[in-house]
Amino acid sequence: MIEVKNVSFTYPNGVEALQRVSLTIRNGEFVAIMGQNGAGKTTLIKHFNGLLKPTSGEVLVDGVNTRKVSVATLARNVGFVFQNPDHQLFCETVEDEVAFALRNFGFKERTIKKRVAWAINLLDLTEYRKTSPFMLSGGERKRVALASVLAWNPKVVILDEPTIGQDHKQKERLRQFIVQLIAQRKTVIIVTHDVEFVAECNPHVVLMAQGNIVAEGDAKQMLTNPDLVTQASIVSPQITQIFLGLANLGLPTDLIDIHEAREALLNFLEVTS
Amino acid sequence: MSVFDGLRFRRVSSPIHRLDPRAKFFYVVVMFVIAVIFNELLPLIVLFLVQMPFVFVAGVQREWIRSLRGALFLAVMIFAFNFVFGYLSPGGIPGIEPPVDTLSEYLALLERSLTMALRFAVLVESFSVFFLTTSPDHLGLALEQSHVPYEFCFAFTTAVRFVPVLAEEAQTIMDAQKARGLELERGNFIKRVRNYIPILIPLIVSAIRRSLELAEAMESRAWGTTKKRTNLYVLKMRRADYALAFVSVLMLIFAVYVWRFISIPSLIAFLR
Repeated sequence: MIEVKNVSFTYPNGVEALQRVSLTIRNGEFVAIMGQNGAGKTTLIKHFNGLLKPTSGEVLVDGVNTRKVSVATLARNVGFVFQNPDHQLFCETVEDEVAFALRNFGFKERTIKKRVAWAINLLDLTEYRKTSPFMLSGGERKRVALASVLAWNPKVVILDEPTIGQDHKQKERLRQFIVQLIAQRKTVIIVTHDVEFVAECNPHVVLMAQGNIVAEGDAKQMLTNPDLVTQASIVSPQITQIFLGLANLGLPTDLIDIHEAREALLNFLEVTS
Repeated sequence: MSVFDGLRFRRVSSPIHRLDPRAKFFYVVVMFVIAVIFNELLPLIVLFLVQMPFVFVAGVQREWIRSLRGALFLAVMIFAFNFVFGYLSPGGIPGIEPPVDTLSEYLALLERSLTMALRFAVLVESFSVFFLTTSPDHLGLALEQSHVPYEFCFAFTTAVRFVPVLAEEAQTIMDAQKARGLELERGNFIKRVRNYIPILIPLIVSAIRRSLELAEAMESRAWGTTKKRTNLYVLKMRRADYALAFVSVLMLIFAVYVWRFISIPSLIAFLR
């Protein structure tokens, strides 16, 4: 469980990125943190593995105050996949890259071999095992970065902007992958601007603006509320926008899912004909 | 990164900031030459103090102190190396008849090592004042008006301008690797140096990628189409600039005179 209690954070250059933020993320929960650029999303998630320590207030990860332990200790349980894979790839082969963290955490060589093979297979990278990560495409590099974090099997997985630069097929794969992680009782936290992706995944949504949490609740509740959406400077999913526009026909306005929307339309046609 | 902080320009206005970069650069070169010709502690102390008013008039004390603090480690290394190797082969150091065994010889060695460290500090001091008070744009203009080919000027100003960007990127990379369990501060000296490999490789790769992207973006915006460029702003030497250049020349003449014709006492002898 991650507990954020009254956390404020000010960067050394004086920018106040978080103002008395409180939030609880339970084990096995799937959370999407959304909001405009500079809302404090990335600053907030960097507190979850101790990369940033609060200026005031405290962050507890499974009851441990992040101020009291090193990033490496926290990282053992909290995996963090950065937005840009190029900020972490440096090894000669994909295999070495995936093994890097395992070596840092002091796993035995035999276990490392097994875990690396498992993670590489999981992300469909087996054919690139011996390839240099720098030779891979953007999407593949992103998968290597993800594999390198999943390899040590952290309890919490944080993904910063996982859908940026991914084609539709990759996004769908990512979605299925997240579903899989949740089925394994992992906590998954994503930071994203991609409302369509969030609408498809249906997580618990936390909306942020100007260093504050504006609102939190289930995706449907958050993404179909025009006031909240405006406050967090995002737009509703296209399905919602269509149904909001058709509200005067008596159609429901709280839809984010394509299947639900089709259902609602069919019902409506049946009633009117 | 503190050494870089001491070289990073901040846009403020002061008489020093308004000076022509060419005049300032001439001053820095003069300082450099004077610092290098003297091997005695006294003139270097004078040189260090002479520059202080510049720092205060420019109002960059905080950044300047930070750059000196950043340079401290290297200065200490220079001191230590000079002391150790001066002890091992003291030939040529005034006041020492090898081997080093009397107190006055130890003091002479100490003074010599301090001099070398202080010389480094003086060089950092003057370069720091120059870069802290000169915007990259002005620097580029100054180079251009000194007939340096535009391609070189551009490369130079771009490099200067990208320093803070790279520093920020280095921080992100450090965060990303720490999140994968890398502990930079762990292990002995060799291990610690090796710990920086996962930081340096992504940083270099991304800098190269960035420069290629920049080149493509610029070429798509027709960079280098016109051979003769004109500038919106043209640098002009004013009275204050000539005054600085003149003072610099006087300082140089005076320094050369002292160096050639006056024997400078060692600080210890002076104090006695």
